[in-house]
Amino acid sequence: MTTHTFKPDLPPPTMSVGVLGWLRANLFSNWFNTLLTLLAIYLIWLIVPPLLKWAFIEADWTGTTRADCTSDGACWVFIKQRFSQFMYGFYPAELRWRVDMAAWLAVIGAAPLFIRQMPRKAVYGLGFLVVYPLVAFWLLHGGFLGLEDVPTSRWGGLMLTLVIASVGIAGALPLGILLALGRRSNMPAIRVISVTFIEFWRGVPLITVLFMSSVMLPLFLPEGLSFDKLMRALIGVILFQSAYIAEVVRGGLQAIPKGQYEAAAAMGLGYWRMMGLVILPQALKLVIPGIVNTFIALFKDTSLVIIIGLFDLLNSIKQATTDPAWLGMATEGYVFAALVFWIFCFGMSRYSQHLERKLDTGHKR
Amino acid sequence: MKMVKTTLAVLTTAAVLGVSSFAQAGATLDAVKKKGFVQCGISDGLPGFSYADAKGNYKGIDVDVCRAVAAAVFGDASKVKFSPLTAKERFTALQSGEVDVLSRNTTWTSSRDSAMGLNFAGVTYYDGQGFLVNKKLGVSSAKELDGATVCIQAGTTTELNLADYFRANGLKYTPITYDTSDESAKSLESSRCDVLTSDQSQLYAQRIKLAAPDDYVVLPEVISKEPLGPAVRQGDEEWFDIVRWSLFAMLNAEELGIDSKNVEEQAKTTKNPDVARLLGAEGEYGKDLKLPKDWAVQIVKQVGNYGEIFERNVGGGSELKIERGLNALWNKGGLQYAPPVR
Repeated sequence: MTTHTFKPDLPPPTMSVGVLGWLRANLFSNWFNTLLTLLAIYLIWLIVPPLLKWAFIEADWTGTTRADCTSDGACWVFIKQRFSQFMYGFYPAELRWRVDMAAWLAVIGAAPLFIRQMPRKAVYGLGFLVVYPLVAFWLLHGGFLGLEDVPTSRWGGLMLTLVIASVGIAGALPLGILLALGRRSNMPAIRVISVTFIEFWRGVPLITVLFMSSVMLPLFLPEGLSFDKLMRALIGVILFQSAYIAEVVRGGLQAIPKGQYEAAAAMGLGYWRMMGLVILPQALKLVIPGIVNTFIALFKDTSLVIIIGLFDLLNSIKQATTDPAWLGMATEGYVFAALVFWIFCFGMSRYSQHLERKLDTGHKR
Repeated sequence: MKMVKTTLAVLTTAAVLGVSSFAQAGATLDAVKKKGFVQCGISDGLPGFSYADAKGNYKGIDVDVCRAVAAAVFGDASKVKFSPLTAKERFTALQSGEVDVLSRNTTWTSSRDSAMGLNFAGVTYYDGQGFLVNKKLGVSSAKELDGATVCIQAGTTTELNLADYFRANGLKYTPITYDTSDESAKSLESSRCDVLTSDQSQLYAQRIKLAAPDDYVVLPEVISKEPLGPAVRQGDEEWFDIVRWSLFAMLNAEELGIDSKNVEEQAKTTKNPDVARLLGAEGEYGKDLKLPKDWAVQIVKQVGNYGEIFERNVGGGSELKIERGLNALWNKGGLQYAPPVR
């Protein structure tokens, strides 16, 4: 009796597996894709090698003055020399530990919030949000409890960018949620006020808001009463962004099925508990991408304070390029600014994705 | 100089006029003395005029004018705080009392002097619009620029001056407008335009930005008058006089050969009556200005005479290496002339 044995499978043709197969399937599957691939390779070849050459191979890294930049590439010496100014602006050098301390406190204080098993997280989080701004203000601004006064006109650099962005975010989110609730309220007065507010602030560009706050506002105030410039910018940013947050949150509120509202009401929950315990947790989870989107936009919009003469990261860099000792370093400066902004925005975007995955408990089919 | 009088400026002016009547003689000096420092509006970054060095100290001609005023009032040039202002907010800042002196590269014009409610205390720098070209072009005068492509910075009077000049001389040109000076420098370098026009003081700064500065030359023609100087609010003559004479003291000091090194010795030993009057060794000229007796000594000692300031910030001692030209003293072929202290 002969036993029939199957022959072992032949390996797939070499052209359809491994690197070659992947290339064929993805990059060269037909003549059009081949053309696009070749074009893309050509473009990359055109851009990347000169860029690498400029940024790394031919760049100058060591030295202290412009004269030390002898090669054709980037002069990173400029960034190195001005680094502390880009970070702290004109904050007095001997007091910069206060800025560092405020930053570390933010990191350390916020760290427990990222531990999953942490008990009473909400209480701690709220406490942190109330206490930290006071401590940070004391550290950064001083003027009481034994710390020397550092007026906001001396704040600058990345520190100022972060202050504007974080105060903007921390202020705009609660205000935006309230506005979103107000817009969906049954009470006509509240609804009208919310709608008017939102539509007004969405209708004007941020640059106009900042401009009005710095050019027109002082004219209407009595002589001698000058409002802090940073404060004016912060209020402008918060009011402006809260209108956007409100609309994002409203989208989330509308996505919650009516049954949820009715169920919460049937449980005997009042308005605030219904919103706080049932509706908002679901709605906010839904709109995380939208909220983070707004925050990233806010972070980047902080650079608009350049038009009211506040020295955020970008303006510090621009300002440094006007030093006759460093003329012509604008490219290096702007590349550095772009890198810093990218790091922060990319970080925010990654964190939001993580948050979405973590909170993705329902609505899965 | 830097900004066109935009419609907004007009609007602002209208709003300002209502407010500006508050300034009374003596009010500013009293307020300044009370708070203990001079609040000075400077630019948010202009090579040679006001910029911050790596340590965050402000420097430049405009900055030194403010320091001179502080030296005159307090005998201490460091008693000054700076407000960097953008071109748009500068007049509001002065009118609303946010700053006491506006020393921000501002051109003295009739409308600013009258309608804007400012008073210009003098001229710290006689500037004017000029041209920067590549030597390869073989041009030695702006009159040869027929058909040229010209790089301009947007939103400044530069555009209007340029149009006037080319029309008056029957020349054709193609303008390319840029937003920042860096962009316009780059496009001159890449030959997108043949010539770059801006105020001469800034052309020297632009030239440094180029990879091969020596291949470019600033043409001799100056097509506009841009006298730059510090401004104060209208209506406070006393403060106006202080700022004006702080400036004159620096000019007189240069003319009389007094500089930061020899000023103290001169104040004690001089036989020259002009020097003695300026430095307070004779007469009560400081008192008339409501300033200390040694006001001019402090200015020259701590800030320098006009020549020193010029050399240090924009002249041979700086990267810009601008010639004195119009800014030389009147007895050396320039326009800088100060009335005597007497």
